[in-house]
Amino acid sequence: MTMYGQGILRGLTITLRHLVRTYFNDMRYMGKKYFNQSEFELRQGMKTEGIYTVQYPEEKIAVPERFRFTPFLVVEDADHPERPGEDWCTSCGICAKVCPPQCIWIVRGEDPVTKRPIPEPQAFYIDIDICMNCGYCAEFCPFDAIKMDHDYEMASYDRTTAHIHDKEKLSKPFSYWLNIAPTTANEEAEARGSWEHSDTVKSKKKAGVPSVAYTPTTDPSQVMQMIRATMPEPAPAAEAAPTAERSAAAVAQAGPSAEDALKAERLRKRQEALARKLSKEAGSQ
Amino acid sequence: MVIAAPQTVDVDVNAVIDKLKEKFPEAVKNDTRQGYKGVIVDKSKLVEVATSIRDEFGFDYLSSATGVDYLGIADEMEMVYHAYRTTGGPALVFKAQTPRDNPEIPSLIDVWPGVDFQEREVWDLYGIRFPGHPNLQRILLWEGFNGHPMRKDWKEAYFEEDHKPFESRWPAGHVHRIEEKNAYGHNVMYPADLDLSRLTDTSEESLYNSLGLGVDVQDLTGEGGIKTDRLVVNLGPHHPSTHGVFRMVVTLDGETIETLDPVMGYLHRNHEKIGERNSFLQNMPFTDRLDYISSMSNNLGYALAVEQLLALGARYQPPTYRAEVIRVLMAELTRIVNHLWSLGFLLNDLGAFFTPMLYANNEREKILDFFEATAGSRLMCNYMRFGGVFKDIPERIHSVVNMVNDKVRDYNTMDYLTEMINERLPRFMDEYERLLVNNEILKTRTVGVGVLPADRAIAYSTCGPLLRGSGVAYDIRRSDPYSIYPELDFDIPVGQNGDIYDRFMVRVYEIRESLRILKQILPRLERTKGEEVVSKFNYLGRVPIGESYGRVENPKGELGYYVVSAGDEKGPQNPWRYHIRAPSFINLTALGPMSKGYKVADVVTILGSIDIVLGETDR
Repeated sequence: MTMYGQGILRGLTITLRHLVRTYFNDMRYMGKKYFNQSEFELRQGMKTEGIYTVQYPEEKIAVPERFRFTPFLVVEDADHPERPGEDWCTSCGICAKVCPPQCIWIVRGEDPVTKRPIPEPQAFYIDIDICMNCGYCAEFCPFDAIKMDHDYEMASYDRTTAHIHDKEKLSKPFSYWLNIAPTTANEEAEARGSWEHSDTVKSKKKAGVPSVAYTPTTDPSQVMQMIRATMPEPAPAAEAAPTAERSAAAVAQAGPSAEDALKAERLRKRQEALARKLSKEAGSQ
Repeated sequence: MVIAAPQTVDVDVNAVIDKLKEKFPEAVKNDTRQGYKGVIVDKSKLVEVATSIRDEFGFDYLSSATGVDYLGIADEMEMVYHAYRTTGGPALVFKAQTPRDNPEIPSLIDVWPGVDFQEREVWDLYGIRFPGHPNLQRILLWEGFNGHPMRKDWKEAYFEEDHKPFESRWPAGHVHRIEEKNAYGHNVMYPADLDLSRLTDTSEESLYNSLGLGVDVQDLTGEGGIKTDRLVVNLGPHHPSTHGVFRMVVTLDGETIETLDPVMGYLHRNHEKIGERNSFLQNMPFTDRLDYISSMSNNLGYALAVEQLLALGARYQPPTYRAEVIRVLMAELTRIVNHLWSLGFLLNDLGAFFTPMLYANNEREKILDFFEATAGSRLMCNYMRFGGVFKDIPERIHSVVNMVNDKVRDYNTMDYLTEMINERLPRFMDEYERLLVNNEILKTRTVGVGVLPADRAIAYSTCGPLLRGSGVAYDIRRSDPYSIYPELDFDIPVGQNGDIYDRFMVRVYEIRESLRILKQILPRLERTKGEEVVSKFNYLGRVPIGESYGRVENPKGELGYYVVSAGDEKGPQNPWRYHIRAPSFINLTALGPMSKGYKVADVVTILGSIDIVLGETDR
């Protein structure tokens, strides 16, 4: 014979326990709750017993490496010794073909004089309203040139213009990719056998020049150093001339001021993030 | 709660087919097309043969009934039926063909009432008529829709090409938005006999006229001799209890329900037509969007269906053992995710607002974190591939500070999983059961409410916890096993009374059983470390000609994919037919009969106990 209402009372003790535990832990973590990295990890992990939320947008959980949002295009860093700012994309069109909602439009690059196709997209558009974030473009790209971004705060007031991303908006330096997904970037470089673009590796092999061998690292500047170290003293003239011409043409097309402003903006954001990270680390110790 | 006995799975379907041909020598013929299974039944004898299949041969469960349009191949339309025994075993596939002009196939609604919605869907999308169906109306589209969109010769407005990839994207690359071309109002066509005044008619009757309720709204309030107030009440489509955009039209006598008509299709996007246009591979992320709570198992079902076809070809590499282990890991975690969600929301429907749901979601988050680190997304996982998975599970669940995010976590994946499966989730389930199972309010509201007897549950082709709650121990993981389930040790919990409480308890026990499976998965994961799991299926991969029906025990019930590969000698890149047997959609067939005689407040709970997702219902 059980008393009516016993089940309800038992349930209420459980809700009470949850409440108490949450505040008990709050008091225990008093003062360091919102600053300490290891406490954050503990609270979000398996061992936690209370109920916690992340105070978005003041706190933002960093997303795991494989997280995929909209795609971006990998380009060489601005301080790349051989091909600064050059695309990794060769406009082979596989991403456009494999894309399930068909949100990628590419104009294949062609030489202005000979009209022959060159391995570089003339224009690259992604309609991020249509993009379903499936990650096929990144998965099937044979040149590791298109990757899924981690930046998910893309809301804007005008979707008609702001949500079709062009090449300028899509391009992000290789160091950014190495920064947001170090493990994956390392795996890919290992598969290529080098930190350089697979086409560069191929052409260097043809020319008998050694390319940058793969060494595990998560530091972009170290990659740059490695590339510089393997560069032969006089740059091969035949390679360098069209590259310089092309990038000069690209700058002339986009307008130098716009390009510079963009670069400065990217640099500023990166520096800010770095400063934030350093100050957090300093605060937690 | 009863634990079901093991099922017999070694049914010799060919022997059954031979006997069937003996009995109906004129009407039943083998399906001899390349890669096809089962028999073709003459449509004039279909009802007779179907009755015999059900009664004499014991195939009492009709899993799926769907149409295919073979324009350009045979100039015929076809109905494909998959019947199973509830005691286990493979399918008996039978088909009926009809010419494309004036297509007509007798309705099987008297043999299996579960074909009700499925036949309406085929009428809606293919225009095949079913004489004998009492209420043959459009179900997913509205009655003002012009044509039957799944027919191969039907093209939508601003149709671009038959198959993806579209030429315009590369190398020409002219960017456009479809809405620029699709100015509202310029591509709308109505059937000739549609009364357009209905569109502007806002009167009460016009709301219900199209439903075939058999009740005249005016009559109910008049002096027709009805003593109590009979009312027609409209629940939804925008109603929190319907778990999405779903409408129920309820006829009430006082507060007691007389009839209930589900109205759906508000989220219809013709997923199957999109699927025929996509390549086989491109469909994978689209399956995520069906039952968006359990995308991992959706992926698995589709991968199984296409792998069956690939196995017909010569150069097919089946998934490695580790890939299978990871698939089962994901599928069972998905089951826990889904059941936590559904238990929480059932309590919400009962009025226990948000406390049980948020407790459950707190645990669900932990699993989703693992999905996010492995597949890249929390809900739209897109993780399975044909012959493998997207990538091996990562060494660490780990994130990096970048421009927008600063709160970093870093766990060892195997430690994370081990602790979750061995300690955290069992501890949580103990607590959750203490919180709810003996709660008097919960019991009063659910015990004896929404009863569905076992024989009706089978007849209505219901599946999943709804079927097992009624005492039918039908679980595809046991009765028609796939992947590595045969070597795993687990039980199938079934209810006894077929009421809401039993469905609730079936879900609770299924979480426990899933945890039991996962405990056996962990050592297998450790053992197979380093094995290749990534599939070799190329983005241009071709699929051999044939048909296949891949089905999995999704958390919500049986999810089946009927895939036909045809039309290209070398094996096409795009499916000719891509049909989804959606558990939520077919389970809704039982909603009306189940609700009869209960009160309005119970309808919400009964619907909650079916556990529907509209992404899958409306497709």
